[in-house]
Amino acid sequence: MLEVANIIEAKIEQYGRERQALIPILQGIIADKNFIAKDDMVLIAKELDISAADVYGTASFFSFIEDERKGKYVIRVCKSITCDMKNRRGILASLEKELRIKLGETTHDNLFTLHDVNCIGLCDQGPAMLINDEPYTHLTVEKIPIILREKRNQKN
Amino acid sequence: MSKIKLTIDSQLIEVEQGVTILDAAKMINVNIPTLCHHEDLCVSGNCRVCVVEVAGRERLEASCATPAEEGMDILTNSAKIRNARKDVVSLLVSEHNTQCTTCYRNTNCELQDLAAEYNVDGDKYMSVLKPNIEIDKSSWSIEKDDSKCIRCQRCVRTCAELQHVNALTASHKGHEMKISTFMDLPFNEVVCTNCGQCVNHCPTGALTERRYFDNVWEAIGDPDKHVVMNTAPSVRVALGEMLGFEVGTRVTGKMVTAMRKMGADSILDTDFSADLTIIEEGNELLTRLKKALVDGDTSVKLPMITSCSPGWVKFIEHMFPEHLGHLSTCKSPQQMFGALTKTYYAEQKGLDPKDIVSVAIMPCAAKKYEANRPEMNDSGYRDIDAGLTTREFGLMIKQAGLDFKNLEDSDFDSIMGESSGAGVIFGATGGVMEAALRTAYAVVTGRDVPFENLNITAVRGTEGIRNASIKIEDCLPEWNFLEGVDLNVAVAHGLKNARIIMDEVAAGKSNYHFIEVMGCPGGCIGGGGQPIPTNAEIRAKRIEAIYEEDMSKPIRKSHENPEIVKIYKEFLGEPLGEKSHHLLHTHYRKRNRY
Repeated sequence: MLEVANIIEAKIEQYGRERQALIPILQGIIADKNFIAKDDMVLIAKELDISAADVYGTASFFSFIEDERKGKYVIRVCKSITCDMKNRRGILASLEKELRIKLGETTHDNLFTLHDVNCIGLCDQGPAMLINDEPYTHLTVEKIPIILREKRNQKN
Repeated sequence: MSKIKLTIDSQLIEVEQGVTILDAAKMINVNIPTLCHHEDLCVSGNCRVCVVEVAGRERLEASCATPAEEGMDILTNSAKIRNARKDVVSLLVSEHNTQCTTCYRNTNCELQDLAAEYNVDGDKYMSVLKPNIEIDKSSWSIEKDDSKCIRCQRCVRTCAELQHVNALTASHKGHEMKISTFMDLPFNEVVCTNCGQCVNHCPTGALTERRYFDNVWEAIGDPDKHVVMNTAPSVRVALGEMLGFEVGTRVTGKMVTAMRKMGADSILDTDFSADLTIIEEGNELLTRLKKALVDGDTSVKLPMITSCSPGWVKFIEHMFPEHLGHLSTCKSPQQMFGALTKTYYAEQKGLDPKDIVSVAIMPCAAKKYEANRPEMNDSGYRDIDAGLTTREFGLMIKQAGLDFKNLEDSDFDSIMGESSGAGVIFGATGGVMEAALRTAYAVVTGRDVPFENLNITAVRGTEGIRNASIKIEDCLPEWNFLEGVDLNVAVAHGLKNARIIMDEVAAGKSNYHFIEVMGCPGGCIGGGGQPIPTNAEIRAKRIEAIYEEDMSKPIRKSHENPEIVKIYKEFLGEPLGEKSHHLLHTHYRKRNRY
């Protein structure tokens, strides 16, 4: 894993020490760490000479920029109407049962976090979900344990 | 600039290019309602209350955010517009905590006014107010109640544009969007300076000052307590606005009578300690100059910067913690007053300081915080027990059932009730500088400042940063080292301008000797605790009233105030002496910048 300070430095080199570097920096940190810690937001603010509240305001706007530690795999189940009509509730229940966590929680081994998300543009292939950046479509309750097992086996 | 012609409600008018429809309408006295708009701030255009119809356009336009164009034909009042406005207000109300009777801003709320004007009834949209919203009461100065927030972001813009503090931001999005501090931390844990400008710019009761007037009533009602009230210079030129007077009316005499009738035991004047500040701060400046110019002491920090404004003090502690040495060590007039109330005043009146309750009535929200700074207990007690805003005080007068308009005038009590015109002008930006120059020049040369009627107009005005240079000539012998020196001074108001001045200081590029900084735009007359609304026009009128008050005073220089002469003779000894050092001076602390 990279040091957050190094990520910030690299992005500033690329985009300049200006406010417009903020989102690339946030994305850079998320890509490496999948969440942005409070202290890191302060560090970004310091480097760009903007207020920490500004960094927080921007980060909190985006659903995919988290400010709390997440599991290695963040599962985001689509909650929009089409997926809802195609049994996304059943999918969610199955995920909760298999992972033994509720929506919004992270498993004890820090492997999985379960979220829901607004439309991810896969309505024709619903119900759909993302695991990190990877889409999973045409889900069924039966597929869920198989997908999770795959991920668990990738652990190492 | 070229002119353009357009029609508003069938009336043809000519305006400068670039003027918004809202401002064009104002010129012909057509009143378009607004909510997210504030004259002090940039255009936001998020509330849509100010919509108007432009002929040929299908959509209604937000008049605050749309420039007038040549040949436009505009309607500001049609069925379509009224429906749209009513819808906008109804939707805002549906998310709002409508317990108006329990709200501090009841009867002074822009949302309430519009809801009344558009006859918003509860049937149209059901309430979708989020449950269990907690009020943030962590700060000594400011309370934040999100259940009353309409998310117009005036506070965010105020904190960013006027103050460059950026303690507030809009976080999250959609229906979850809210006004937050960093990580939604409590107010007392973030960079908030407590200036209260957000409170003054909030259209509803979402941001209010923390109120202490009930404690004051309790003290007044307690026969064992001796309640001392003192009022800041800018309260007397703004209080009238809450009690039926025109903006810019001086109500000093009635204000004093009101306090007496409310039952305070002693009515004294913060202007007295403003005069005292001048003596201490003026001497501190001269001492610093001597050390730098004569002794060649390189540890002396110049420019010296004023420390009367507690919002400014907390700002520099957060933003420029390496440069606290530039701040004058003088306490603010409020805190000097408090420390003396429980020592000198108690001694002179034969009172036990533990029975004294000192109440400061201030145009300020940050004064509440200042009064509660842990180090502000040099008298052996809490120096100031309660800091009230002008608004709280106005409310107390109403509660007391006084017919304020018809009260007779009366004078402050003694001791610590006498003041000079120099003490009065502390309330306006540039006032501390002018007061200091009147005294310092007289001390050094034995003559009055070379300005007509002592009015140092060079440091007056509302320009964000102003500077002046005064040549010192024909000094008295002991001040010879200042002979021929050009004393360079600057004045800044609003923390945005304070930051500009401080960036120069931090870069070592400041060639000033003395700088006055006030945290709020316009100085204390535009303080966060002043009556709502406050805008540029109102600030200008209050400033005018302050200078009238100065001219009305027989004594115009701090060092000629007889009570000041007396306190040095009987109690303090000499300026910057041991007692002064203990009671009237303070120290500062570094704070986290983020």
